[in-house]
This record gives sequence, structure tokens and C-alpha cells, in this order.
Amino acid sequence: MTATLETTPVQTPAPAPARRRRFPVGRFLAYVVLVAFAVVYLYPFLIQIVTSFKTNSDATNSPLSLLPDPVTTAAFGRLFDTDFALWGFNSVWVSVLVTLGRVFLCSLAGYALARLRFRGRSALFTAVLAVMAVPSVVLLIPKFLVLNQLGIYDTPVALFLPLVADAAGVFIMKQFFESVPASIEEAARIDGAGTFRIFWSVVLPMARPALITLTILSFQASWNELPHFIVASQDRDLYTLTKGVATLTTGQLGSGNQFPLTLGAALLMTLPVAIVFFVFQRYFVAGANEGAVKG
Amino acid sequence: MTAAPAPAGGLRTRPLRGAGAAGASRAGQGRAGWAFATPQAVLIGLFVLIPILMAFWVSLTDWRGRGSPFSGTVGFVGFDNYAAILTEPGLARQDFMTSLRNNAWYVLLVVPLQTAIALGLALVLNSRIRAKGFFRTAFYFPTVTSSVAISLVFIFLFTGGGAVNALLGVFGIDGPNWFSDSRGLLHLAGDGLGLWDSANPPAALTDGGPLGLTWWDWLSGPSIALAALILLVVWTSAGGYMLMFLAALQDVPADVREAAVMDGANRWQRFRAVTLPALRPALFLVTTLGLIGTWQVFDQVYLISQGNPAKTTLTPAYLSYTSAFETGQWGRAAAMSFVLFAIIVVLTTLQRFLMRDKDAAAEKKAARAVARRRTSTTFFHADR
Repeated sequence: MTATLETTPVQTPAPAPARRRRFPVGRFLAYVVLVAFAVVYLYPFLIQIVTSFKTNSDATNSPLSLLPDPVTTAAFGRLFDTDFALWGFNSVWVSVLVTLGRVFLCSLAGYALARLRFRGRSALFTAVLAVMAVPSVVLLIPKFLVLNQLGIYDTPVALFLPLVADAAGVFIMKQFFESVPASIEEAARIDGAGTFRIFWSVVLPMARPALITLTILSFQASWNELPHFIVASQDRDLYTLTKGVATLTTGQLGSGNQFPLTLGAALLMTLPVAIVFFVFQRYFVAGANEGAVKG
Repeated sequence: MTAAPAPAGGLRTRPLRGAGAAGASRAGQGRAGWAFATPQAVLIGLFVLIPILMAFWVSLTDWRGRGSPFSGTVGFVGFDNYAAILTEPGLARQDFMTSLRNNAWYVLLVVPLQTAIALGLALVLNSRIRAKGFFRTAFYFPTVTSSVAISLVFIFLFTGGGAVNALLGVFGIDGPNWFSDSRGLLHLAGDGLGLWDSANPPAALTDGGPLGLTWWDWLSGPSIALAALILLVVWTSAGGYMLMFLAALQDVPADVREAAVMDGANRWQRFRAVTLPALRPALFLVTTLGLIGTWQVFDQVYLISQGNPAKTTLTPAYLSYTSAFETGQWGRAAAMSFVLFAIIVVLTTLQRFLMRDKDAAAEKKAARAVARRRTSTTFFHADR
């Protein structure tokens, strides 16, 4: 009895779509377009990976080939004869400090703008919006001027502190806190908890998705940052990966055809962001659309 | 104000707070508000607002990078730096105008191309497709990788004997030496069509022109080197904008789409009357962000071409950087930053105006079309 009940509803509609099904030209074309674009998007990365295991002459002579002949890790050996490890170390501590600073200070300020009533709040928010509208490249020379004036040009502080100043993060956190119902905080407030206590042990744990999004965006942005490091320092000991690897193309190493070396460097510097990207992909998507609001 | 009513107060052992206590809590909130907001406000003030004021001052001086720009020895020159790059004939203006020309061609190609590709990919991905996640990831991934890594890959792909030319060679095409070819695409197109001979350009175009460049120079089109940068940037950024379109496509009202299908609207009509109006905010956003981003191109020029060949990849952002850090003309460099800022503000305002205008017109048209359709079908009303 139950068996017939289960089978009949499945079987009856089956012939209908079969009769309606036409040759799906549109779907086929869609796949052709997608696969073509996927090749255009993935082949450069494949070439990058493969070429870093080639010899210089092999890379130059057969640039399209995906088979290194012979396979060699010599490029990576030469890469670590440069200051690559130091650049990586600098990138790590700068990115970690920028990320921690941004996440903590942006959520504090975002919470204040979303929830706390204080004189000058709307003026402050207007200022945040105005600052987000300033094109970053326009700030290159101004940033140097202020670092110079403060006497911190060419110091470690100059590498990370200006990057912590981030209006977009404040905006993202404010938007998030406004979307959370205030009732739980109010209950805590009635219980007599102080504002910071409420923020720290009630609000922040609820804000996990927004915090993860901001963490990832901040890490990725500071890891990939280049112009700021160009204007903030010149000491070779303070080179980050982006600035250091950039010298590989312009310095004496770039003059020859050392493509396995430069592509190997590009590959290694992409790995941390790539790992974070694949693990936290959905937060990247959320962030892209969150960031979209700032336009 | 929120704590004042304290409805559950009767259940508490804590003494009930009166009106005075609520006032104190409001003051406490005010203090906490500032305490919370101050650290980031100070940083933003220190590293964004104050620097802008400082740079504006520098743009009015002849500071050459030695000592402090605020000491008494620095000469105040008024708007001379702005005049040098905008109105006075000379090399400074010629370079700046060349950089504006390059960037204008760059914007003119990158913004429509990346918007069209992003929209197209989003529309295809929004249909019933297998492996959606894979394709989305593949297209989006370049957006999150560093400009340095991508530039290094493209330098390799586009070298004279690189992968791109090897690929073109398969089709019997002799590819150019991309990043060192300064020939303008429009000049070449004119050669190809027999309109002119680039080696011997028409005198009518070379005799004069506005703002220190000849008409012939303004109308060169992007050089082949700049075209390679354009390809790089379109390739990198289309995926990010695709995500914005994909998010917007989720908002296309399903009932309206179904109603349109019921009405017998074909694919194209549905796209025009239902999907496109719903995408308009995203389209506005993508073109605005594109416009802002493309006028700031710096990284790729710094990494790949340094303004070469023949200054055809020079951009205002890069020229401003080299004028300050390499030639020490800080006043002029700061002035360039502000002119670039003004260009971005003016163009985004103009774009907002143009698109809003078109918006209203298109909405009216769409409303008329819907009204016409409504008269023919009755259940459409019920659906709304």
C-alpha cells in the first residue's frame, strides 16, 4: 500500500518533462562560455605553478607547456638566497597587527556608532562615510608627509599603524550591529553590566560572522598591500613580500629571463591568501557584497 | 533611555533605578560612546584627514623634500603648481596631460569591458548550471590575489616570446612585443583602414590641439603596452563585480518573472523588462566602483611598465608618485593628487546624474510596457 503511494506520484509527472525536453542549445552554449572563461582564468595559474619548477631556458623556450623538462626546484633555492624569508616574516607580522588592530578598533567604533548615544555621533558617522570616499591612491603623498612629520617614516610602526585606520571596517561593523536585536544587551544592562563588559562578553560573541568577514578582508588587504609600503619605508630590512618581490622584476634579477624565480615567488606569496580563501570562501563572498555597500 | 522603564525591576533584588539614575546612565553611555569610537577616530584623523590637509598645504609650496614642509624656509607659491600642470605650456603639463590621456583611454576600455564580462558571467552562472561553485571560484580568485603576483604572471605571459604570443603563433599571428610597444591602437586601426599613415601623420591633426598635446596624440588610443595592462586588469577585476551582479540577481522578483513567462514574454523581453531593471542598482554600483578604481591605477604601472614605453602607460597616480619620490617636486606631485581627486569626484557625480536620468526614463518606459500588458491579462493584477 505504502509502496504504491510512494511510486505513483513519482512516476506520473516523469513523462511530461521528457516530452517537453528539447535539445538544450542554450544550456550547451552556457557551458561552452563558462569552460572557455575557466580556461582563460585557470591557465595562467597553471602556467605559474608549472613554470616555477622549470629551468630558465625551458621556461623561455616553451612558455605554454605544462610539463617541466626537467623538473627542478632550483628556482626556489635561488629565491631563498634573496631576502625572501625576511620579506615573508615582515608580511606576517604586519598583516597580523593590522588585522588585530582593525578588527578590534572597527568593532568598538562600529558598536558605538550603531548602539551608543553620544554627542557628535552623527557627525562622526558622516566623517566615516566621507573618509571611505577618498581614493586611496590620492593618499600616497599625504601619508608620507604625516609619517615624515611624526618622525616614524622608515620604522616598523609606519608599516602597520596607518593601515589600521580603516573607515570601511567601521561601516561594515556598524551595519552588522544594527541588524542584531538590542534586547539581549538591554537585559545585560539591566543586570548592571558595564558597557565594555556588555560589548566584550555579550555583543562580540554574537558578532562572529561579521568578525570573521572583517578578519579575512583585513588580512587579505594588508597581505596584498603595495603602495602603502612603497611610501612608508625604504629600509631593505622593512621590505614586505609585495615590495620585496616587486624588486625581483625591477632589480638585477629581473634583467635576465629568470621567470621560474619570479613566478615561484608569486606562487609562494599567493599561497597564504589562497588557503584562507578556499577555507573561508563564503565570508569572502559576504565581504564582497558588504564592501559593495560602501561605494 | 532604553534602560529607564526597567519593566522587570520588581523581580530584582537590586534597588530600582529612578529617573536620575537613567540620566546618569545616559551620560555614561555618552562617555562610553566616545571611549569606544576615539581610537579609530584618532587613527583615521591622523592618517587620512590631517595628511590631506598637509598635502594641500604642500601643493601650495615649492617644498623639495628636505626638512619639514612647515618650516619658515619653504616658499609659498599659491596655485603655481596647479598652473604648471594645467595651464602653463611646458613639459610638466605635457606629461600630466599625457598621463590623463592614457588613463582616460584605460577607463574607457576597462570599465565597459569588465562590467560586460561580469554581467555576462553572472547571468550565465545564474541559470541552472552544474559546478556553479567551481566556476564562481575560478572567476573570483584573481580578485583576492595580490597585484604583485598577478603582474609577475602577466609579465611572463606577455613577453615577446611568452605564452600569449606562442598561442597567437598557433593561429599564424605574429604577436607584438606587448609591454614595449608604444604604438597606439587607434593609430594602427587608421593605418589598417587606410585613413592615414602613422609614420607620416596628417598635418591637420599634428598642428595643434588642446592642453599641450596635439589632436594626433590625444586620439592615439591606448598603446599596445597599455592594452596589455587593460587585459590584465579586466581579467583580474571582472570576477569581483560578477559576485555583485550575482547577489543582485537573487533579488529579481520571482513572481514578476513567472508572470512574464505566463504572458509569453520571450527570453530577451524578460531580460529587458524584468532582469535588467532589477539589476540597475548593481549596474550603477559596478560602474561607479569601476570608475573610481580605474582612475587610480598605480600598482600595475609601478610593477610592469613604469610609464614606459614612450610614456604611453604613464598614469596620474604613477606620475604623481615619481614626481615626488624620484624628482622631488612634492608641490607639483601633491597638486596632481588633488586634480586626480577632483576628476574622480566630478566623473562619479556626472555618472550618477547620467544614470539617474536614464533610470527615470527607463522606468517610465518599463511602467508603460507593464501597463500595456496588464490590460491584456487579468491575473497579472492578482499576482502583484
